[in-house]
Amino acid sequence: MKAILALAGLAACCWWAAPVLAAPGTAGAAYLPRTGDQVLETLRATPGDPAVRELRAWQAKRAAEPTNVLVACEVARRCVERSRHDADPRYLGRAQAALAPWWDAPAAPVEVLILRATLRQSQHDFIRALADLDLAAGLAPRNPQVWLTRVTILTLQGEYAAARRACGPLAQLAPGLISLTAASGIATLNGDAERACARLRGALAGAGTAGAGERVWALTVLAEAETRTGRFAAAEADFQRALNLAPRDPYLLGAYADLLLDLGRPREAVQLIGAEPRADGLLLRLAIAEAALTPPPATFVAHAAALRARFEAGRLRGDFVHQREEARYLLEVAGDPRAALPVARANWDVQREPADARLLLAAARGAGDPAAAAPVLDFVRTNRLEDTVLARWAGQLSPNQ
Amino acid sequence: MKAFSPLFRRLGGLLLGALLLPFAAGAHTQSSALLTVSASAVGVTGEWHLALRDLEDAVGLDADDDGRITWEELRARRAAVTAYAQSRLHWRADGNPVAWRVTDYLVADHPDGAYAVLRFAVDGTAGAGRLAIDYTALFDLDPKHRGILHWEQDGRSQIAVLSPGDGVREFTLGRPASPASVGVFLEEGIHHIWTGYDHLLFLLALLLPGVLAWQAGEGWRALPSSRAAGLGVVKVVTAFTLAHSLTLGLAAMGWVRLPVRWTEAAIAASVIVAAANNFRPFFTESGWRVAFGFGLLHGFGFASGLHDLGLRPGQLAGALLGFNVGVEIGQLAIVALFLPLALLVRHRALYQQLGLHAGSGVIIAVATVWFAERVGDFKWLPF
Repeated sequence: MKAILALAGLAACCWWAAPVLAAPGTAGAAYLPRTGDQVLETLRATPGDPAVRELRAWQAKRAAEPTNVLVACEVARRCVERSRHDADPRYLGRAQAALAPWWDAPAAPVEVLILRATLRQSQHDFIRALADLDLAAGLAPRNPQVWLTRVTILTLQGEYAAARRACGPLAQLAPGLISLTAASGIATLNGDAERACARLRGALAGAGTAGAGERVWALTVLAEAETRTGRFAAAEADFQRALNLAPRDPYLLGAYADLLLDLGRPREAVQLIGAEPRADGLLLRLAIAEAALTPPPATFVAHAAALRARFEAGRLRGDFVHQREEARYLLEVAGDPRAALPVARANWDVQREPADARLLLAAARGAGDPAAAAPVLDFVRTNRLEDTVLARWAGQLSPNQ
Repeated sequence: MKAFSPLFRRLGGLLLGALLLPFAAGAHTQSSALLTVSASAVGVTGEWHLALRDLEDAVGLDADDDGRITWEELRARRAAVTAYAQSRLHWRADGNPVAWRVTDYLVADHPDGAYAVLRFAVDGTAGAGRLAIDYTALFDLDPKHRGILHWEQDGRSQIAVLSPGDGVREFTLGRPASPASVGVFLEEGIHHIWTGYDHLLFLLALLLPGVLAWQAGEGWRALPSSRAAGLGVVKVVTAFTLAHSLTLGLAAMGWVRLPVRWTEAAIAASVIVAAANNFRPFFTESGWRVAFGFGLLHGFGFASGLHDLGLRPGQLAGALLGFNVGVEIGQLAIVALFLPLALLVRHRALYQQLGLHAGSGVIIAVATVWFAERVGDFKWLPF
């Protein structure tokens, strides 16, 4: 017995000195991977992507001549496209690095101004983005990209009259599907949804030479408008057509997932998004869909926690670009409309897309503060924004007002 | 039409071919690195988490270019990652540049992907009043990169966001006077022996036969008198202590310096030898002489532990004393646990067979892996 006790004592000596290392999987805790072939990070979905090799070649060229405008702009443009393709905003930072020699210069070459405006737009710095475009329009009034980017920002801000004015030069300089989509997109938000959708359908049917990217954009604009006007079957068919052209486009996946969520089909939304999406916007939709399932799958808690961690990280950095996602998270995942309301309101001050209007209205409704929804109701009325969901919610609000 | 430069015409054509379509929202996790620093009276240590996707662009990790980074690939780039990190993070103690060392190279999973973790220690901070940090990592590659600095001191935590043109922060260390730091070094000494598994196992290998005596033809036999058995253990521990105090002092004063990796490998070998000796003694000397001989080696190992704390010359005497006394207290605690138990059961065959032989066998196995790791410069055991 004593011997056993002694051995137990010895064993205890060893155990008590046993190392305490955090297990892998504890978020943020350091660990030593078990094997050398363990994959730690996946950089891209397609291993042998030629676009990646080309970007690398351009990056090398830029390293050799960092003040060559042509090279810098090519790198920045490719990075912007890459950021959209991968839903990885790191590339936006890399694009800004390429433009570093001109980033703070008030007057820069036209090409730089346009790309700088695009990057500032992505940082929600719309005022300076529009100022860059004004400068660019003065230098190169016949560059269609100036007008297209301008239309995009003004539409995002809900400044439909100004956006329509910018469509004029765009239609002259880049006739075809792009300018038609830009103009129709505004019209769908501005009291003319039915006719604008018909125009888009016609243009898509006749746009044999348009590139896949343009068609995906047109189809997405069309499907979103159809969703708002309650033509769900048509919207779904158009989302599907777009998905055939761009199966992993993050924006498209998010928009289609929203339709599925609206229609009460969360299981299909989960399938559409797939496991472990990198983009915040897709992870958010995944968590919303999972929350709608009974019982929520085991992954739900981790996804919700990951979203919280990302918003927290953004706050630490001093970023405010994720307010739309955060308000929606608070509203639809955390179920806390009172917390969501100030975030939705701050977001509405910056961007005014239908999604932003819905958020503020829903948060105001949930928080029992109908007065907070007044700016949205005002906006909907003034712009004749057609959205069946917004109209229904507004109707439920008005008796209290 | 002077408005168009030739360059613009070329580029205009290019842009017309591929207009940037309206931008998709929805992804906002930009490049961040996490830098956690803990400052205490014994030194400044920390952890730096750098995203693999950032390091891929900064130094290149994906050796086979398959779009995936394995631990093998990351480990192979340790020198490059460390060199990059050291060129982008600088420290000044009271205005003078001080060096910092990477002590561990690990991985962490964050919500936006995998990160490399550099654990580090900053040298020469003891006694300094102010410590400044100058952070420039990745800013040239990505102006949107931010270093999120968590500064932990005296149980409090401060957060700073380091950005291009704003990467310098200064902190007051507010060191206590030296008597207090002797106490802190004492604690470090205790901590060091309790978490220095190689020293612990070596001590155990020496202690196991301490209550026994080898008799030719009969093998190990319990010492009949408890007094003699106890005295044997005390002699072993004292000899070990005297020896490693001597070399620890020599190394800490900078009079003798041995390469760390080979010292560590030799220490692992000494653990193997000490445990093997328990099966059939091949040292003719008595136990305490063996303990003294190997103790000299272990002292150099303790010295690197003391060095990790980042000492400055003025603090050496007090630190040395505190650290050494701490190591002794830690050892005595182990002896106090071991000796009564061993005295109680030394007559049992089970102790002589299972305790001594199985215990020594396990020690040999663990120390052999350590030896291989240290010679081969790889890591297999988590301790």
